[in-house]
Amino acid sequence: MNQTEIQSADKVPSSLTQVGIAMKYTFLDYFRSRRFFILLIITLVISALLTILVGYYRPQSFLGDPTLDVTTRALTFYSSWWGSGVTFVIILGGIFFGGDAISGEFQNKTGYFAVPNPIRRSSIYIGKWLSAFTAATIIFAIFATITLGNGLYYFGANVPIQFGQSLLYAWFYLAAVMGFTFFFSSLFKSSSMSILITAILFLFVFSLIETLVSTLVNIEPWFILTYGAGIIGNILNPNGFPAHIVHTPEGRAGGFILTTYNAYVPEGLVIIGLYFIITAALGLILFERKEFT
Amino acid sequence: MATTSIEAVNLSKRYGSFLALSNLNLKLEGAKCVGFLGPNGAGKTTTLKIFTDLIRSSSGHAFINGANTHTQKKKALESVGTLIETPEIYPSLTPREGLSMIAEIRGVPHAERRKSIEEAMQEVHMEEWIDKRVGKFSKGMKQRVCIASALLGDPTVLLLDEPTNGLDPRGMSEVRDIIRSLKGKKRLIFMSSHILSEVSDICDEVAMIDHGKLVVYDTITNVTARVTGGENTVEVSFKRPVDDALISRVSKIRGVTGTEKKEDTKLQLRFSGGLDEQESILADMVKMNVGVVSYKPAASALEDAYLSLIKATV
Repeated sequence: MNQTEIQSADKVPSSLTQVGIAMKYTFLDYFRSRRFFILLIITLVISALLTILVGYYRPQSFLGDPTLDVTTRALTFYSSWWGSGVTFVIILGGIFFGGDAISGEFQNKTGYFAVPNPIRRSSIYIGKWLSAFTAATIIFAIFATITLGNGLYYFGANVPIQFGQSLLYAWFYLAAVMGFTFFFSSLFKSSSMSILITAILFLFVFSLIETLVSTLVNIEPWFILTYGAGIIGNILNPNGFPAHIVHTPEGRAGGFILTTYNAYVPEGLVIIGLYFIITAALGLILFERKEFT
Repeated sequence: MATTSIEAVNLSKRYGSFLALSNLNLKLEGAKCVGFLGPNGAGKTTTLKIFTDLIRSSSGHAFINGANTHTQKKKALESVGTLIETPEIYPSLTPREGLSMIAEIRGVPHAERRKSIEEAMQEVHMEEWIDKRVGKFSKGMKQRVCIASALLGDPTVLLLDEPTNGLDPRGMSEVRDIIRSLKGKKRLIFMSSHILSEVSDICDEVAMIDHGKLVVYDTITNVTARVTGGENTVEVSFKRPVDDALISRVSKIRGVTGTEKKEDTKLQLRFSGGLDEQESILADMVKMNVGVVSYKPAASALEDAYLSLIKATV
């Protein structure tokens, strides 16, 4: 064949296969990166501190009232350990692996290596999303394993079914957080800007809006992702799933009523699901349209 | 089957009020090396970025081998090696892994992948670094690895944006050798450069662009002839020192209008006409058996043409 003739053989892999290729190599990059190591250390330090403190002081807030049955005490343990810690681990995973996943392609010029090839940008985006999600899932799984290990030590095989449910909700929440961080990462061309904004939103702004909206104007904050994620901890509540609306009298004469909302489980799942779908789709559209100028 | 081709049809690109590219129409076909010249901001990189779908055109279309580079990106780039700006490889990967990623994306068969990567790395003299992480590499080393990635999958078209940028003199020379060897393999190479001697040395044709508009596209000989009133200049190297007797003999060849001794073994010839006359002068010198070892358009001629065609931009 004349070498100047166009090679007509359809040799380029399908877009789905290319998603796998992008995922494989970006995961390798994540796995070997310093940030993976740092997040692993943070997770191990948090888990080690909890293990030592609970083992030494045996607090009732973690191990439950000894007069209560073992199931309730186990629920107290998982609620205190997992329910309050996992969302922090998830948010850190999102920030560490998703915060600059797309903006870095522009700022660090890695996009110039992968994009000018016979591959759709959507394959790169989805591949990167899957690798970031997998890397964050490893950290998530380590935290879950240490939680479970301590739970088994204190309460034996009395692992409440709610822990399994909470674990699934939390994993789903991780997907939504990753979708959200990818979306913000697609908005900016500066890595530090996208990481900073994502961190501020998840660590301060969302909880602030949630509190202000529910207590000051008595509106259910159904539009806030962290509100939907409340089901991760609430499902483990040893006193049962909390009421949807809770009015608490505050002030000296109880003159001020503090209103808090708790998402129902289906509602929480819908909020998390919508955040995942909408932000992942918007991020993808932005990446498709963004120019390497 | 069609031959390889790159085509810009009424290609324009606007950044806000700045028109970076204005109705560019350019068609390159067949196996050759075309230099893409122009001042900073003329639209060279913009054009190459549109061809690789890094940016979209504001209007018009870009085609590679007949496929639209935006709407049929996978088809258009299936046999294209690219080097745009200085790309970065994911820092925790080794060149072997980074190149594997590109080879897999391009569909290089599994059985050939390892050999293809190792050969590409040998070609850019980076084989010793193949399993070291890229994060600590210098700019020049990264550029070499990226050139290796452009060679993967035996592409029929190469789009290179200042390929010797960031390289040391040896690296620049090696990259030029690589491009020359690719020319020998009948590839269509479209490369932008600011180094006129490099273009004159490697390329067969030249496209000049200024303020987003194509100024000229022709063979280097014809372009230089255009600004010298039909006169062209070639640089001839001999295996022995140039003396008066040799100058006298060469001056008598039909078409030669002037000679100038450049170095001990180099002579610059001016002649009227184009490629046919250039060929005929070479044939005459070979017949004379005067020891010609190289014969190429003079870089200074292209520089004169460039300065004449591209007006001051500042």
